[in-house]
Amino acid sequence: MDLSLSTRTVGDRTVVEVGGEIDVYTAPKLREQLVELVNDGNFHLVVDMEGVDFLDSTGLGVLVGGLKRVRAHEGSLRLVCNQERILKIFRITGLTKVFPIHTTVDEAVAATD
Amino acid sequence: MATVELRFSALPEHVRTARLVAAAVARRAGVDEAVLDEVRLAVGEACSRAVGLHRSGGVPAPVKVLLTEEGKQFSIEVGDEARHAPYHPGDAPGAVDEAEAEEDEMGLAVISGLVDDVEVSAGEHGGLIKMTWPTMPPPTAALP
Repeated sequence: MDLSLSTRTVGDRTVVEVGGEIDVYTAPKLREQLVELVNDGNFHLVVDMEGVDFLDSTGLGVLVGGLKRVRAHEGSLRLVCNQERILKIFRITGLTKVFPIHTTVDEAVAATD
Repeated sequence: MATVELRFSALPEHVRTARLVAAAVARRAGVDEAVLDEVRLAVGEACSRAVGLHRSGGVPAPVKVLLTEEGKQFSIEVGDEARHAPYHPGDAPGAVDEAEAEEDEMGLAVISGLVDDVEVSAGEHGGLIKMTWPTMPPPTAALP
């Protein structure tokens, strides 16, 4: 399975819906998408991971890179994820402390802290 | 001899194939279904790391994966042929590409967080990550 990406705007947030597998082969596509969004002036991103079947450390690296980029513009990067096997990877790498992780897109879009 | 041996060109697109093969062989060997996700992720991390090392080091050799079922254990060995320079935190800057080293460490962090039984070795002629999981005995067939 490949990676699928689609973006939509909700208020001042840009929601990136990711589906499929984020690994060493597909992660560059996600990186390009995040870089492009930030270059176009979208600094408040919500990455919806509910459709992600697989995530590895390369994918984590891309998300951390995205976070660094939006923070450079006082922006935010929030994740939406309820899948235990994906959350586990954030937990063992300590990244649950770095990313705000929400259970729904609505909650992530409404979050302001 | 390994139960299944896999060699692939050091290209990112083949890492998924290695994950699928490893998970299939692990399942057959009797590794607990609940652990298969971890097997898939761990072997993917080890292969991604090997691919990265071969590419950055210009190593033309393939990455090697050995899947071995032995007794009550199933092990995966991922071998690379990259030259591993000994690296110590505090070395002169520029000794190792920092971003690369960071990615490398994140992959290893995931592996050691996932797998209880893991050995990482590296030398002049390449590195090896060996991960081992217990297997469950096949259910005893009920006699009629």
